[in-house]
Amino acid sequence: MSRAVRFAPLLLLALIVAALVWRLARPTDTSVHSALEGKPVPMFTLPPALPGKATLSTSDLATGRARIVNFFASWCVPCITEVKVLQELKARGVTIDGIAVRDRPQDLAEFLATNGDPYERIGNDAQSKVQIALGSSGVPESFIVDGAGIIRYQHIGPIERGDVPMILARLEQAR
Amino acid sequence: MRRIFFLLALLAAQPAIADSNLPPAYWSDRQLPNPKQEAQAQALMDELRCLVCQGQSIADSDAELAGDMRDLVRRRIAAGEKPAAIRAWLVQRYGSWISYKPTSEPAAWPLWLAPLALLLIGGFLIRRRITR
Repeated sequence: MSRAVRFAPLLLLALIVAALVWRLARPTDTSVHSALEGKPVPMFTLPPALPGKATLSTSDLATGRARIVNFFASWCVPCITEVKVLQELKARGVTIDGIAVRDRPQDLAEFLATNGDPYERIGNDAQSKVQIALGSSGVPESFIVDGAGIIRYQHIGPIERGDVPMILARLEQAR
Repeated sequence: MRRIFFLLALLAAQPAIADSNLPPAYWSDRQLPNPKQEAQAQALMDELRCLVCQGQSIADSDAELAGDMRDLVRRRIAAGEKPAAIRAWLVQRYGSWISYKPTSEPAAWPLWLAPLALLLIGGFLIRRRITR
């Protein structure tokens, strides 16, 4: 057996180790992105989440103005900090609609009373149906929908203070 | 002592925070009355990936979202929809990531060609040994 062939397994091992180290240093993005970016929001109608609060359906989204559709829940801890950032966005003139995932009206009312209510409309998605229909995989998650009802951007995880300029820029683009 | 107790209680409460207060969806853990439809649903659920516990199928996962997806699958099968159509509907939303069934897209070609290539290499090596 020639010398080169004898060292082949060692070379293979080195390659495998290099690949593993590379992946450890740059972990893959495990969040699941919606395949609906650039496509219209699928048809849906949700029952109201709270008495006296308008609910949300697809027809409320194509209104000529870009807006944020935010999936949230009263049982979701990061949503508490996110809702404060959403209020900042609202103060800057951004329209935000909410979809409450697997929530009860009494919990939701308490959540909004303690943390504030930035939402123009809130739909009640008790069995995550609309969440699945939009290709979303958790709470909180936000979609920027343009004036024609096309999904322009999906934000996975809470919108944080540092994300505000990026979100405003994306809303501007979606106008 | 009291503080330790409180911290322990908080630890125990963690998993509860991540779940909603609503009961599981009706068909999430209930078999369809029609055994043929249930078998179809089960086969499909085994091949759909859970969005929360990403290494599990929705049939295996205890996540609430997986339960809601099982409910969705059973409802649609019961309504007469074909499993392939339900899979396509989900792939449209989450990409081929959601399905465990290998596709015939170019990205999966090495997967289909690898066994053939290995077989050819093996055959070649054996022939060399025999004819030597």
